[in-house]
Amino acid sequence: MVAPISEKTAPHPIGDSVERVDAREKVLGSALFADDLQFGTGMLYARIKRSPHPHALVKRIDTSKAKALPGVKAVVTGEAFPGFIGLYLKDRHIFCRDRVRYVGDPVAGVAAVSEEIAEQAVALIEVEYEPLPGVFDPEYGAGPDAPILHPKLGDYSVANFIFPKPGTNISNHFKIRKGDVDSAWPQCAAIVEHKYHIPHVQHVPIEPHVAVARVEEDGKVKLWGSSQSPFAQRNLIATALGISQSDVQVIAPYVGGGFGSKAGVSMEGLAVAIAMQVRGRPVKLRLTREEEFYTAFVRQGVVAYFKMGCDADGRMLATEVSFYWDGGAYTEYGVNITRASGYSSSGPYEVPNVKTDSYCVYTNHPVGGPMRGFGMPEMHAGLEQCIDELAYAIKMDPVQFRKINCVKEGSVLVTGMKMHPTGLSECLAKAAEAINWGKKNPPSAPNKRRGKGLALMWKAPAMPPNAGSSARVGLAEDGTVTVSVGGQEIGQGSFTIAAQMAAASLGVPYDWVRVATPIDTQYSPYEWQTVASRLTWSMGNAVSAAARDARQQILEMVAKAWNEDIENLDIIDGKVISYKSEESISLKNIVIYGIPLPDDQGWVGGPVLGRGNFMPTYVTGLDAETGQGPRAVVHYTVGAQAVEVEVDMDTGKVEVIQGVAAFDVGKAINPDMVRAQMEGGFVQGLSTALFESLQLKEGVLQNPSFVDYRIATSTDVPRHIQAIIVEVPQDDGPWGARGIGEHAMVPTIPAIANAIYDAIGIRVGAPPYTSEKVYLAIQAAGLLD
Amino acid sequence: MANHRILVTINQEVEQVDVPSQMTLMQMLRDRLAFTGTKNGCAAGECGACTVLLDGEPVNSCMVLAVECDGRQIVTVEGLAHDGVLDPLQETLIEHGGVQCGFCTPGMLISARGLLNRNPNPSEDEIREALVGNLCRCTGYLRIIDAVKAAALRQQALVA
Repeated sequence: MVAPISEKTAPHPIGDSVERVDAREKVLGSALFADDLQFGTGMLYARIKRSPHPHALVKRIDTSKAKALPGVKAVVTGEAFPGFIGLYLKDRHIFCRDRVRYVGDPVAGVAAVSEEIAEQAVALIEVEYEPLPGVFDPEYGAGPDAPILHPKLGDYSVANFIFPKPGTNISNHFKIRKGDVDSAWPQCAAIVEHKYHIPHVQHVPIEPHVAVARVEEDGKVKLWGSSQSPFAQRNLIATALGISQSDVQVIAPYVGGGFGSKAGVSMEGLAVAIAMQVRGRPVKLRLTREEEFYTAFVRQGVVAYFKMGCDADGRMLATEVSFYWDGGAYTEYGVNITRASGYSSSGPYEVPNVKTDSYCVYTNHPVGGPMRGFGMPEMHAGLEQCIDELAYAIKMDPVQFRKINCVKEGSVLVTGMKMHPTGLSECLAKAAEAINWGKKNPPSAPNKRRGKGLALMWKAPAMPPNAGSSARVGLAEDGTVTVSVGGQEIGQGSFTIAAQMAAASLGVPYDWVRVATPIDTQYSPYEWQTVASRLTWSMGNAVSAAARDARQQILEMVAKAWNEDIENLDIIDGKVISYKSEESISLKNIVIYGIPLPDDQGWVGGPVLGRGNFMPTYVTGLDAETGQGPRAVVHYTVGAQAVEVEVDMDTGKVEVIQGVAAFDVGKAINPDMVRAQMEGGFVQGLSTALFESLQLKEGVLQNPSFVDYRIATSTDVPRHIQAIIVEVPQDDGPWGARGIGEHAMVPTIPAIANAIYDAIGIRVGAPPYTSEKVYLAIQAAGLLD
Repeated sequence: MANHRILVTINQEVEQVDVPSQMTLMQMLRDRLAFTGTKNGCAAGECGACTVLLDGEPVNSCMVLAVECDGRQIVTVEGLAHDGVLDPLQETLIEHGGVQCGFCTPGMLISARGLLNRNPNPSEDEIREALVGNLCRCTGYLRIIDAVKAAALRQQALVA
């Protein structure tokens, strides 16, 4: 039994914008990332032979010339690895065996003494293919005429909340049937219908994927990598290879940006498979930037249909949605994006009648996977434009329309779940106020036009119902504390949050706390994955529990030594104090050596080691036919963004003049880091709104470089982004906190699209809103002089 | 692939290195001399993560051959702090919360150092222009820009 945090304990590090635990080593250049680890001269370098075809049968692979090249130590094909890999649907081999399904699909791998020799060897591998017709459009892919990309879909093992349709390319079909949309349409005063195509984008972490694998003579696997998911990798790789999870050790130093791309397993299995052929030697595989663009996960494209209606008073009556997710060649992770977008498909609005069909469709495109927002930016891009149009259709201000319809505490959500306490209305009001909603500013030049736009969002952590966290808290002789976690620091600040929570729960100053690095599955406590904006909430609960456990052990020891009631004791600023006797004792030494009893009568205590875990136990299943159930998700983080844009009528260039973000984070553990997430997310959203799309032509990526795939730079961002924190506490969050990492980029595309409409009266359609696209739309609308 | 013996000053210390003709400065720094603060983000001169000062000017070290550096001065991120005292840019980057994942940070700091060396009092537009080749996916740049402004002021105060 762990004592609750005493009211008397001042949890001062909570709500303070303390310095990040990792800031100093990162500015000094001493922070280690996976590619910085040194493995000595015995290390081998791997390169991968990849399919040039989007869809083909593999008829023959001849590796003899590659094997004969001096310096080559191993050449590996899929023959030796029959196992399947995948998070929610095991639909993927480590190396392709009989069929390739996208340009870049790995068919063979080489380990050699240098990257150059490995590259030469890859060129010497001969592969004979029989090209097959491909699927490059998810709607076509879902239909009866499309070639079937996974004929054995029915044999794949799959999570029980994912519903594949064997014999088709549909690897998940998620349905919502709430109320009756057909009887609602005649009641509507206004109905809008739209189709949106949201293109594929890429995460673009500045650090490319890298993995180093070493397989010992006894078969034990060590894997060092840039990873958001060391424990998931341990599990998935062990399962695919048919070995024990305890014989796979994943070591993950700092991650140079993840955004989802380093979740689950992508290229790590390749490094392990190659290393199995050269036992005892470390094998390094690092993706080139070009490979990063099309062989790591991409954000899925989607074709989305919305039909939404409201009554004359602006009350939403019905929403009908179809999503055709362009899942790519393998949808092992992407199937759950289909589900997440389905159970959130109303957007953050209370709508009595909802019909949704969300399809995950195999295509011969790069592999779709988790990316910051997990389907929500793509879904909200269209939905929040329809909300504006619906408001305009009944001549209502879009902010007023949102105020009426947005979810509030007790709202019946699209799955039948009741909404928990939420600050969405407050986020909306604050964002509208901050952008000075309803007031138009004059443009900076006669050829420019100004406009404002706003969008709401919601997102729940998308994960299995029982994704768990654990943590450990140990102390050293001087009373300093080391927190061990399995959640990863990917830039979002999770280690700092862990240190703040441990300090507060234990009763020591923040600067006494260290975080054990790197994450190592052999030593670090279990964490499901660093995804879904779940660490502050889930890992935070585990850290707090571990620190309270350590605190309890210390208090019990002192109570015994002083012969006092534990209720009279507290830990403040690293000292145990008694409110009764007014005695105090420093944590120093006692947390290791215990306390001597009077008159040399022995000792009490011993090395203090706190442990804690957290797992949500209350999420229920949803009916396969209706998507209804009591508790679909753990909670929703909600928020609003507002922007002001200026459109250059001569060039089509859209400039974002200012941005506002307001999110309900429950409780900001570190307010400055929360604001930094809101700002960074806003800019990533801006970048996807204005610049980014993977241009795929018959499955071949046309722009795999930073020159051709442009992301926002220092000259593209507005001068002001105002970040507003709203705090309506989460009942099971540590200090009331819930996550913010992903949410910050969810509403940006529609906020900008709505602002462009306000400026020039044109719906440009699918992002990105490039100068060219906007100029052509202006021209087509006859707005040019 | 002939080796060339070069003498190069890195962070004020002279190093003698034998490098093959095709080796880039980034490879020499990271793989040969373990100055791993310099990051490899694209190896194509497009992301700025590998930026170092070459005779005081910021360059993408992936686009410079090691042999070109014979007799020249290089400053990497490891050379910004002296005896535990941070460069004002390092201090202000922490204070303004301009560090998240930290992977662009070394290159960003070096580009900013190059700017402040040639222009101690830059305007915001000049700062943005100086950092345009350093991609950051986490921060949204504003805190980094603010940190450079603050460092310029702090540096002027130190000199005054």
